[in-house]
Amino acid sequence: MTSHAAAAEGHAHEHHYTTTGLDNRKVAIWSFIGSECMLFASLISTYLIYKGRSVVGPLPHETWTDPSTGAVFKPILNIPITSASTFVLLMSSLAMVLALAAVENKDKPLPANAGWWDRQLASSKLWLWCTCILGATFLGFQAFEFTSFVHEGLTLRRNLFGSSFFTLTGFHGAHVTVGVIWLGSLLAIDYKRGLRPSDTLMVDIAALYWHFVDVVWIAIFTLVYLIK
Amino acid sequence: MATAATAPAYTSSESHGATGLMSWLTTVDHKRIGILYLHTSLFFFVVGGLEAIIMRYQLMRPNMQAVSAETFNQLFTMHGTTMVFLVIMPLSAAFFNFLIPLQIGARDVAFPRLNAFSYWVYLLGGVFITLPILFGLAPDGGWFAYAPLTTRTYSPTQNMNFWVLGVQILGVSSLAAAFNFATTIINMRAPGMNLMRMPMFTWMSFVVQWLIILAFPVITVALFFLQFDRFFGTNFYTVTAGADPLLWQHLFWIFGHPEVYILILPAFGLVSEVLPTNSKKPLFGYPVMAYSGILIGFLGFGVWAHHMFAVGMGPMADTVFGVTTMLIAIPTGVKIFNWIFTMWGGSLRFNTAMKYAIALIGMFTIGGISGITHASPPSDLQQTDTYYIVAHFHYVLFGGAIMGIFSGIYHYFPKMYGRKMDEGLGNLHFWLNFIALNLTFFPMHFSGMLGMPRRIYTYDAGQGWETFNLISSIGAFLMAPAMLVFLYNFFKSKKHGEVAGDNPWDAPTLEWSIPSPPPEYNFAQIPMVTSRYPMWDITHPERTAEIPHSTKGWDEARHRSDEHILPGGGHMADMAPAHIETAAKTASELDIPMPTPTIKPLLVALGMLVMVASLLPFFAGKTSAFVVLLAIGAGTMIYSLYDWLTTPLEEAH
Ligand code: HEM
Ligand SMILES: [Cu+2]
Repeated sequence: MTSHAAAAEGHAHEHHYTTTGLDNRKVAIWSFIGSECMLFASLISTYLIYKGRSVVGPLPHETWTDPSTGAVFKPILNIPITSASTFVLLMSSLAMVLALAAVENKDKPLPANAGWWDRQLASSKLWLWCTCILGATFLGFQAFEFTSFVHEGLTLRRNLFGSSFFTLTGFHGAHVTVGVIWLGSLLAIDYKRGLRPSDTLMVDIAALYWHFVDVVWIAIFTLVYLIK
Repeated sequence: MATAATAPAYTSSESHGATGLMSWLTTVDHKRIGILYLHTSLFFFVVGGLEAIIMRYQLMRPNMQAVSAETFNQLFTMHGTTMVFLVIMPLSAAFFNFLIPLQIGARDVAFPRLNAFSYWVYLLGGVFITLPILFGLAPDGGWFAYAPLTTRTYSPTQNMNFWVLGVQILGVSSLAAAFNFATTIINMRAPGMNLMRMPMFTWMSFVVQWLIILAFPVITVALFFLQFDRFFGTNFYTVTAGADPLLWQHLFWIFGHPEVYILILPAFGLVSEVLPTNSKKPLFGYPVMAYSGILIGFLGFGVWAHHMFAVGMGPMADTVFGVTTMLIAIPTGVKIFNWIFTMWGGSLRFNTAMKYAIALIGMFTIGGISGITHASPPSDLQQTDTYYIVAHFHYVLFGGAIMGIFSGIYHYFPKMYGRKMDEGLGNLHFWLNFIALNLTFFPMHFSGMLGMPRRIYTYDAGQGWETFNLISSIGAFLMAPAMLVFLYNFFKSKKHGEVAGDNPWDAPTLEWSIPSPPPEYNFAQIPMVTSRYPMWDITHPERTAEIPHSTKGWDEARHRSDEHILPGGGHMADMAPAHIETAAKTASELDIPMPTPTIKPLLVALGMLVMVASLLPFFAGKTSAFVVLLAIGAGTMIYSLYDWLTTPLEEAH
C-alpha cells in the first residue's frame, strides 16, 4: 500500500527539476523494490531453513507414512501444473512490456502498410487486459493449488512445511493481487481518458513492480518446487 | 554579518499560513510535520522516563514490593520499546523532516502527503502500543520479544498482541518515511549540492534511510511469523513441531543491529553540524566522515550474532561475529577522532548545544569501549544478560543518541521557532542530565560485573549490589528535574526566547540562509551551491579557503530548470539577502506552487490502525466484532486512499 501511495504521488509538474533527471516516483519505486528484496529473502530463507524439519507430513518432495494410522501422504508439490502457472506469469511480463511500448508509442502514426498485427501491437488496452488476465490466471492456479493441498491434508497449521510454504507463496500471491488491481486501475484510466505517451512513467512504474514480482516467482519456483 | 542586513529579525510562524487544529491535521509541510514529530516524541520521552523511574524505585533496595513481577515485566518491555521506537527514531525523524529539505535546498520532500501519512501512522501506532499499560495489558516480553516465549503457548494473553501489531504499524511509518527521504536526498538537491557537499547530517540521514529500507523488512517478516503463530496457529516458533528456537533471534537481530545504527547515526549527524559551527572550523576529514558512515551501515548487517554468543553457535560462528564486531568499532572510532580534530585549534563557543555535542563524544566512547569488551565471546559470556549490558547500551543510547539529539534541539530551535532557548536554563539542564546519566548508568557496570542479571524485578540483600542500585536509582530520579527544566525552557522560549535572526550561530550551511522560522516555501529562489559551506563563503571566506569550490552541477541544472531556479544563475552572496527580503511574501505572491493541505493521510492511517486492531477481538474469539472493525477500517482506508490517489498534489493554478 505504501508503494501505491509512493507511486501515484509526486508533483504535478512534469518538468520539475530533479537532481538525477529521473522522476521522484521512479527513484522511490526502486528503493521500494530494494526493500521488497529483503522481505522475500527473509521469507525464502526461512522456508529453506525449515525444509526437512517438519515432524509430520505431507512433505513437498517425499512420501510420508503416518506411523499411527498407516495413512500414506504422497509428495505434495505438483510440478507440471506449477510449471504451467509459471509460464503464464512469465507471459504476463511479456504482455506488460508490450503494454508499455504501446503507451509510449501512442503518438507515432502507424506506417501506411501496417497490418493487423501492427494495429494490435499499438493497443495499450489489449496488452493491459492480457497482463491482467494472465496475472489473474496465475492467481487462479494458486487458488487451485492451495485448495487441493488442503484436501490432501496440508494446512497452515499442519506442519512447518505448511506454515512456511503457504506464508511464502501467499505473500507472493498477495503481491500479484496488488499488481492486478494496480494494472486494472491503469486500464480504467485508459478507458476513461486514454493513456498518452505522457503517462509512460506511470505505466513504467507499474511495470517495474510487475516484473519484480515475476522475478521473485522464478526464485520461488526454482528453490521451492524444482530443487528437491 | 552580511546576510542579516536586510533581515526582519523575526517573523512569527503564524504569518506563514493557516493556524488552528485543522491546519495541523491536514498539514503536508515538512517543517510542520517535523514539529509534530518533535512534540509527540517528547511526550513519549516523558512516558518512557516515568516507566524507568518506577523501575528504578522498585530496584532501589533489595526485596522492594512497589510493583509486582508482572508489572515490572510490562515496565521494562514498554520502556525499551518506547525509547527505541517512539522516542529516538521519531526524534530523529523530526530532524529528517525539518532539516533535510532545508539542508539540500529543496522546497519540500519528494512525497509530502506520504510524509504526513508516516507521521499519523507513528502517532496512532504509538498510542496503540502505549495505552494498554494503563490497564495492565501492556506487552511483557521485552523490547526484543524473544519467541518462543512470546508465542501463544507461553504468552496466552492479549498483552503481546499490542507489541506484535504495534511494532508492525510503526514499521510501516518508518518504511514510508525512508522511501520518501531517500528519494528526497537522491533527487531534490539544489543545483551544485553534489553528494560531497551535503551537510553531514543529511549524509548520516541518507545512510539511515537505507538501513531502514533494508533492515525493517526483516523484522516485518519475523513479526508476520509471530502474528500468524499467535492468531492463526502456524508453527514458525513451535519447537515441538520442529521449529528452530533461534529463528526469531536471528531475524530480530539481523534487524536489531542495523537498528542501533538507525538510532545513533542521526545523532552523529547532528553533532557533526554543531561541532564545526561552534568551533568555527570546517568539519575535519569530511569525506572520511561520510565514508565511515557508509561503512558502518554495511558492516552493521554483518554483526548481528554478537547478541547470541550465549546460545552456543559454535567456535566458528562465534569467532566470525566477534571479529566483525571488533571491525565495526574502527569506523566508529574514526568519527570520534574526526570530531576531536574538528575542535582542535578552533575557538570554541561553549553554548548548550556544544556541551551536549562534546558530552556525546565522551559518553559514547565509554559505551563503545564496553561494547568492545563484549565483542569477545569469552568475555561476553561473563557479561551477557547482566547489568553490564544495560550500562553499555545506555551509554550509547542515552549518552550517544539522546545527547546528540538534545544538542540538535538547542542548535536548531532558533530555526524552528525564530527564538533561542534560554542558555542559563540550558546549562542547568545539561549539567543535571549529565550528572544523572553517569550516576544512573556508571554503577551498572559494577552491579553487572558482580553478577546482577537484567530484567529481574527484585533481588536479595548481601550480594554486593545494594550500593550500586541505590546510586543508580538516585541518578534516575535526578532525570526528572532535568527533563522538567528542559520542557519549561522549551515551551517558554517558543514564546519569549531571545529573537534569533536567520543565522544566530553563524553556521555554514544552507538552512541558515533563510529566515527563522522559514517561510512555507523555504527558499524564494532555489539556491545555486558552489561549496560545502555556502554561508561561510560569504561571511568567513578565510575559513573555507581550503575547501573545494566549483559550479559543478549548475549547467545540467540550467538545462532542466524551470522558472524558479535563479534565472541567470547566481551566487549565494546575492541569494541569501534575497531570501530574507522576500520572507514576508506568501507562496502565491511569489507564484510558487505548494501542495494542498489534506486530511486523507490521517484517514488512511486511521483506517489502517482500525484494521490491525480488529485482530484483538479475533484473538479473543469475538468474530462479529472482528468483522465489523475490519470492515470499518478497510472501508475508511480504501475510500481515503482512493481519494488521495486521484487528487493532484497541488491545486490547479
Ligand atoms: C563500538 C561499537 C559497538 C559494539 C562493539 C557493540 C557490541 C555489543 C554487543 C556484543 C552486544 C551484545 C551484548 C550481550 O547481549 O551480551 C551489544 C548489545 C547492545 N548494544 Fe552494542 N555495540 C556497539 C555499539 C552500539 C551502539 C552504537 C548502540 C546503539 C546506539 C548499541 C546498542 C546496543 C543495545 C541496545 C544492546 C542490547 C540489546 C539487548 O540485548 O536488549 N550498541 N552491543
Ligand atoms: Cu548489536
